[in-house]
Amino acid sequence: MTSDLQSFLFGRLTWADFVHDPVMAASGGIMVVGLLGIIIGLTYFKKWKWLWKNWLTALDPKKIGIMYLIVSGIMLLRGFMDAVMVRFQQATNDSLGVLSSDHFQQIFSAHGSIMIFFVAMGVIAGLFNLIVPQQIGSRDVAFPFLNSVSFWLFVAGMIIINAPLVVGEFSNAGWLAYPPLSGLEYNPGTGVDYWIWSLQVAGIGSLLTGINFFVTILTMRAPGMNMMKMPIFVWSVLGSTALIMVVFPILTATLAMLSLDRLIDTNFFTTGGGGNPMLYINLIWAWGHPEVYILVLPAFGVFSEVVATFSKKRLFGYASMVWALMAITVLSFTVWLHHFFTMGAGADVNTFFGIMTMIIAIPTGVKVFNWIFTMYKGRVTFATPMLWFMGFVVTFTIGGLTGVMMSVPAADFQFHNSLFLVAHFHNMIIGGVLFGVFSAFSYWFPKFTGFRLNERLGRYAFWCWLIGFIVAFVPLYILGFMGAVRRLDHYDPSMGWQGLFIVAGIGVMLIGVGVVFQIVQVIVSIKQRHQNRVGNDPWDGRTLEWLTASPPAEYNFATIPTVSTRDAFWEMKKTHTLPKDTDVEAIWLPKNSANGVVIGIASLAFGLGVVWHIWWVVVISLIIAIIAIIVKLTDDHPDRQLSAKTVARMAHEYTLKENHG
Amino acid sequence: MRKDKKRPLGRGTQVVISSVIGVAIVGALAAVSYGRDIPVLNPHGTIADQQYLLIVITVALGFFVVIPVFILLFVIAWKYRAGNTKAKYEPELEGNRKLEALWWGIPCLIILILAGITYISTHALDPYKPIESDVTPVRVQVVSLEWKWLFIYPDYNVATLNFMNIPKETPINLTLTSDAPMNSFWVPALAGQVYTMTGMRTQLHIMANTVGVFHGSSANISGEGFADMTFTVHAMDETDFVQWARTAVHSPAMLTSESYAELAKPSKNVPDTTYMLMTPTLFDDIMMKYMAPSSPSSSDADTKKTDTMEHMHMDGMN
Repeated sequence: MTSDLQSFLFGRLTWADFVHDPVMAASGGIMVVGLLGIIIGLTYFKKWKWLWKNWLTALDPKKIGIMYLIVSGIMLLRGFMDAVMVRFQQATNDSLGVLSSDHFQQIFSAHGSIMIFFVAMGVIAGLFNLIVPQQIGSRDVAFPFLNSVSFWLFVAGMIIINAPLVVGEFSNAGWLAYPPLSGLEYNPGTGVDYWIWSLQVAGIGSLLTGINFFVTILTMRAPGMNMMKMPIFVWSVLGSTALIMVVFPILTATLAMLSLDRLIDTNFFTTGGGGNPMLYINLIWAWGHPEVYILVLPAFGVFSEVVATFSKKRLFGYASMVWALMAITVLSFTVWLHHFFTMGAGADVNTFFGIMTMIIAIPTGVKVFNWIFTMYKGRVTFATPMLWFMGFVVTFTIGGLTGVMMSVPAADFQFHNSLFLVAHFHNMIIGGVLFGVFSAFSYWFPKFTGFRLNERLGRYAFWCWLIGFIVAFVPLYILGFMGAVRRLDHYDPSMGWQGLFIVAGIGVMLIGVGVVFQIVQVIVSIKQRHQNRVGNDPWDGRTLEWLTASPPAEYNFATIPTVSTRDAFWEMKKTHTLPKDTDVEAIWLPKNSANGVVIGIASLAFGLGVVWHIWWVVVISLIIAIIAIIVKLTDDHPDRQLSAKTVARMAHEYTLKENHG
Repeated sequence: MRKDKKRPLGRGTQVVISSVIGVAIVGALAAVSYGRDIPVLNPHGTIADQQYLLIVITVALGFFVVIPVFILLFVIAWKYRAGNTKAKYEPELEGNRKLEALWWGIPCLIILILAGITYISTHALDPYKPIESDVTPVRVQVVSLEWKWLFIYPDYNVATLNFMNIPKETPINLTLTSDAPMNSFWVPALAGQVYTMTGMRTQLHIMANTVGVFHGSSANISGEGFADMTFTVHAMDETDFVQWARTAVHSPAMLTSESYAELAKPSKNVPDTTYMLMTPTLFDDIMMKYMAPSSPSSSDADTKKTDTMEHMHMDGMN
């Protein structure tokens, strides 16, 4: 009877699930101590109310964007620590016996899942929030509350994926958890469930973000800004969000089927019961390949803005760039099978997907040439954002070459699942996405803080990252040629691989130094903020975000600008037609809402409830989430008004500050 | 406007530092790779030879884009640096139709060539396509287990564990399946990979050019013992192979359905073993385990489910 009650109350959770091996316990401990520190700090400085009112319940996309960046930044550190452990294990070839095979497999599974879902997706969502409304001359996004829900679902997913450090275990089935390994038969524990529900919750958040920004771009552009006058970053977000809307439902459905296989013995992906794991592999990549472009398109957008600004010149071949972006968006749906040429699909099918993959290289190549020629007849300054651009072109071109090498199916048979592949996609994700985000961070940082980042520390960070990246990943290409496959926790010493693994480990340490420089850079810059104050246009920018104050008022634009050309702000400066905030009107802005937080907490409880089979928690949290949605949707007064007088006063203050700054 | 700060280092120092770093990286990589076996680039099999050639051709074609990109990137960035006020400055330059046509056109052309190569090579090197040769092929059936590789020689009534003996210059027709999580069979010196999956029959054809011992591995994560799930391929002279097969068929270890069931249970680092094959249909039996819902399976949950299903069949028949 008591055991019945216990399993009703706690599902399959027992005290034993809190016991971990020393390495994992230490990581979990650090996390718990960190959280406690934050909680104590907030309480001591009496900041809870401030945090709640100004941040957690905020619907202002700028604040949500900053929160995305903070969470993703912390997750970058977590994912990076996982990478360090992977490199350490392989460089020492398990000679110290620190990590068991199972733990090692959990670490690389967590590394991949966290880096994609909670770093890359988080930072691009952050960029969408911060930049898109500014660039299209809008005061807000189309659905401000939905935006808050997206963010809190992202946070809930993030907590679920980190929970195994404290209780239970994580998936050991790799970042895409192919069945049957991820099925009940081979993985009956909580690991795969943690993976599924973390991604499920965060994935729904991403889908909502996609819808939100797609609609925002289509409907909320400043008057006069037709599609072909949009900044190229906005185009890239349009492509990215279109992809999100089409492919994230596939992820949701696939994860739901895998979860049903595990929960109620359906047989979608089990060979024995008439299902088929190949179906899963197709579905997960039908989401997974476009996902790569969801991440990299915004990075392309960032570089397009950066290279034009720092060359003080128009972007070369704007129309070409738009067509290339759209071509990549469409083509990215037609290549998923190249992730498993080795499945035995037959020569005709492999040929088709191989050729489609190569075709993507064409618009991508065009973009590279257009970026380079944006510098042509320009005046190029090599500030940090531009350094990241230069690094990006070099690493991304190498990554493109290795990508084309793998797009030839018969050659891919020799690269598949080897460290060559691992090196290739890190080339794209680090050299493409991450460098893009770092460039964006140093480029737009002054816009949202009012002061510039320390340039020298930024340079140091860049060089450490670039050199570290080369030292860390070139050995992996060579190891791939030597026949080393990915995900090995140890290998036969007679293979002669250890030297290269050690070099790769040194590379990761260099990247680590780069990360330290970045952290120091932010701290130093905040400390020296008074010396580094800038006005609204520190880089002599081209697009509308540089028209708003730094940091922007919560309404962004007191007067919505009218756009007549591309690079609207550059044109306004040139023709001295900057809008004057003399005749402002009242502005309606959304009120703060706690419902997003409530829905996030309910989703967190829901996810953890399913993982541990605690069904009463699942039911109650679902009811709470539904109530929170209904309450919000039936609110007749979701907005508050800033009167014309207030806006005029605020705009005046900003002008004063601008003139003094 | 931002003032250009004085560079912290002189140009000469920068060149020296970057050269030192470059030399150090290249030197370190050369030192740790020198003399190592690089099977993908130094293959010993007919298929891997052709795959190597294909890789070289692809890289060469890729260089037609990569090299201009690198040259243009650095030349243009250098020439139009803000400090060089002698260079032309045309802030309103929007593009150039001819140039853009050039870099839409040239990549299109390269990809067109590569597409042709892809069509031909994908069909020529289709893993399912038998290798043309006058020599009669040897059939080997491969099963990936938790965490072992089983090789069945149906024509010789022999089976081996974690190693495969093959005659050189003879086509080997591999038929592969899995009785464990999906895996990938890879002997880089001989040929590229193919997946092994439960209830699925994949094929691969290989041929070793020389006598030698080649490293084979699992390329797909398959659980805890995955890292140890390696095997070796011994390519030998025809006569040696026949001699070996004749001896092997009298091995004391016997592979029956029962001993297979024992072998299929998860285990790591199992030593190389040679078996006398007692159940010639073993490979098909393994495939059939996954073909029908009413088949026996290893997990308890499945067994229970199977029982009820069998009852249902019987009820239906009654």
